[in-house]
Amino acid sequence: MCLAIPGKIVEVFPDMPRLATVEVAGVRRKVDLGLLEDDPPVSGDWVLIHVGFAMSKISEQDAIDQMNTLRILGEDEQAIQEVQGYGLDGSDNRKPS
Amino acid sequence: MRFVDEFRDPEVITKTAEEIRRLAEPSRHYRIMEVCGGHTHAIYRFGLKDILPSNVELIHGPGCPVCVLPMGRIDDGLALAQDPDVIFSAFGDMMRVPGTQGSPLEHKARGMDVRIVYSPSDALKLAKANPGKHVMFFAIGFETTAPSSALTLMRAKAEGIRNFSLFCNHVTIIPAIRAILDSPDMRLDAFVGPGHVSTVIGCRPYEWIASKEGRPIVISGFEPLDILQSIVMLLRQLKSGEAKVENQYKRVVPWEGNRAALRAMAEVFQLRPYFEWRGLGFISQSALGIRDSYADWDTERRFRVPGVRVTDPKAAQCGEVLKGVLKPAQCKLFGSECTPEHPVGALMVSSEGSCAAYYNYEHRKAMATSLAWPA
Amino acid sequence: MAGLKPEPAAADAPAKVRFRDPQIEMAHGAGGIASRRLIEGLFAPILFGSSHEPLGDSATVHVAGARVAITTDCFVVKPLKFAGGSIGELAINGTVNDLAVSGARPESIVATFVLEAGLPTDVLEAEIRAMGEAARQAGVAIAGGDTKVVEHGQADLMYITTTGLGSFLPGVHVNPRSVRSGDKVLLSGPIGDHGITILLARGELDLDADLRSDTRSVFPLVEAMVREAGPGIRWMRDPTRGGVATSLNELARDCGLSVHLIDDTIPVRDTVRGACELLGLDPLHIANEGQFLAVVAPEYANLALNALCQTAGGEAAVMIGEVCEQPAGSVLITTEYGGSRIIDMLVGDPLPRIC
Repeated sequence: MCLAIPGKIVEVFPDMPRLATVEVAGVRRKVDLGLLEDDPPVSGDWVLIHVGFAMSKISEQDAIDQMNTLRILGEDEQAIQEVQGYGLDGSDNRKPS
Repeated sequence: MRFVDEFRDPEVITKTAEEIRRLAEPSRHYRIMEVCGGHTHAIYRFGLKDILPSNVELIHGPGCPVCVLPMGRIDDGLALAQDPDVIFSAFGDMMRVPGTQGSPLEHKARGMDVRIVYSPSDALKLAKANPGKHVMFFAIGFETTAPSSALTLMRAKAEGIRNFSLFCNHVTIIPAIRAILDSPDMRLDAFVGPGHVSTVIGCRPYEWIASKEGRPIVISGFEPLDILQSIVMLLRQLKSGEAKVENQYKRVVPWEGNRAALRAMAEVFQLRPYFEWRGLGFISQSALGIRDSYADWDTERRFRVPGVRVTDPKAAQCGEVLKGVLKPAQCKLFGSECTPEHPVGALMVSSEGSCAAYYNYEHRKAMATSLAWPA
Repeated sequence: MAGLKPEPAAADAPAKVRFRDPQIEMAHGAGGIASRRLIEGLFAPILFGSSHEPLGDSATVHVAGARVAITTDCFVVKPLKFAGGSIGELAINGTVNDLAVSGARPESIVATFVLEAGLPTDVLEAEIRAMGEAARQAGVAIAGGDTKVVEHGQADLMYITTTGLGSFLPGVHVNPRSVRSGDKVLLSGPIGDHGITILLARGELDLDADLRSDTRSVFPLVEAMVREAGPGIRWMRDPTRGGVATSLNELARDCGLSVHLIDDTIPVRDTVRGACELLGLDPLHIANEGQFLAVVAPEYANLALNALCQTAGGEAAVMIGEVCEQPAGSVLITTEYGGSRIIDMLVGDPLPRIC
């Protein structure tokens, strides 16, 4: 139920608004946009494709936010440990240098 | 590949795995179920178990639409397609699933017209291209796939294509999760929720899992970083004693779901009063049937369905493995009578069935006396 | 083909057939587990006698004191023509490659044609011309052939069978039994091009991509590698149906060791990757018609790789892993972050999936 792939809309058809050509790493397929009729995507948008239908628009901003969150994972933790090591927070823990 | 490669970044994966190790309390043993078969497949494909600490255990849930299909339904579909004027069409996933008289591919070898399609809309195209034949589409899948089937039937009706019908085996995910939680053999701490089903149904339908059953659930994407980040989020909830629904797959899943998809489903489908799930028994309100307004496109009303019930061989423990009570290797038939080459149950045929995934990707690793990693 | 040193079957020992399937399925021709079972369980016991030599791409025969490589193959492809080639080229290059990866110079090919009544002559002529051209490019002579015509509806327009003869290159002896732990695994170039091209050409999946079959003779690459690193070459194979996964699994089973691959080293074109991700396929299971694998002793591995990279057509050659002790008989692939999985042979052809 779960194989769905991000693809970029590269071609729309003015006389067939519910169809679009989507490209995934250079592979192209016509995809049905009927499930996104409330907020139709345009050329250049990225959508999630499943069994030849576009399921959802992909939010670039959310993707970037997610990667940023992941990249700083553990850095907060490290910063806390370092601060504890200096004894600046009043704790007795000394981080061995 | 955009929106794929970033979420497979090895450095960030390593870092996230470290965070999981930091969060997992050594005195606790965490049992986390991933509901969706797509997650099961991803976990094995990316070797994620190798980088999780040993006290974080991933248990495979029943979210594999092929695995939960009773053998009788496959027999039903194939029986209807015996007619030489019928073309049997289905996703590739169905082609090797055994019925009592063989799989669809084996029927093809004996002369039945069996076609693999990538999309239900391709099956409809087949009908248009073959006006003298009837095209039957064997529809499977949870709520991810049902809207596409629904839209296809709406198109068929609008265009007046009469030589097309759907054999509907769509099932819904919430009753499956309920059956897991109701099972007395299960002890679970948290859930990794099905990301693609949720693009359709949204995140609200899972709220009872957190509020009534007290289990955290994180709706997860399918790339390694999605799954690992979801585990981080679950461990954080467990650490602080909370239980809520969180959406890790924000870039794709809208909290409210996809209204157009839900509308299409409501237009074409209705809940069957009950449906048999392989390994889980009869569950009420758990599967979709086709409304009267689309009766002409319902295979079960256009044709007479034999409706024979086939019980699984006693020795096969598909049910327990589906519920996560048994690991695949603990089933008596695993690796001997039941292998991907001659599968007894659907869990060994479907690429996301836990038995097939374990057999193909893992069990010889487990059998090795020692592993030598390349430098 | 599957060939081995022929020995006269012992006249008094009845052949022990282990093949129990009631009928032949498509899977038996797909090059995977089912194919192997058919060959090992039915053909080998009856035809190949009691020899325990492993099955290879060519067989060695002794004719009047000369050691000669012989191979045979049949070509069934739908559609006949596709981007990058056609059945005629596959027939020549496939035979040439079977000889090449056995360490032999392709010398001569004979071909038989099973033609379907109704086949347009211009289609046939195009294939014959393609074969002639491929043979000329590969430097191999076509010595003769035979033709049969069958009723309309049989033979998918055209089936071609070939038999090739080759002379062994001096200084190279390929045998999976000579493979040792620590040997390196080389791959001549990107995988999956041919199989995905065919899949797309069938038109059933409605996918469009700028992709061509990689069909070509790999003999120049093999020759260059043998020249520089001959004594170190333990084993070679062209990963056709069943892909790299099948070839390496066969090696692992034949030598009783393990093949460890490194995920990020395996070259796959973007379009092949895109098609595989869309359809839920693994490039390691997809057929190739212009690539080969080689297992080389570690002290010769860099020489072998350089020889390939410096030969026209081998620029993308790469080292993809090595042979280890465990898990014996299996192929393991590991990612940069330490995740691993077993790569197995498929039962039959890879099928697209949606789950």
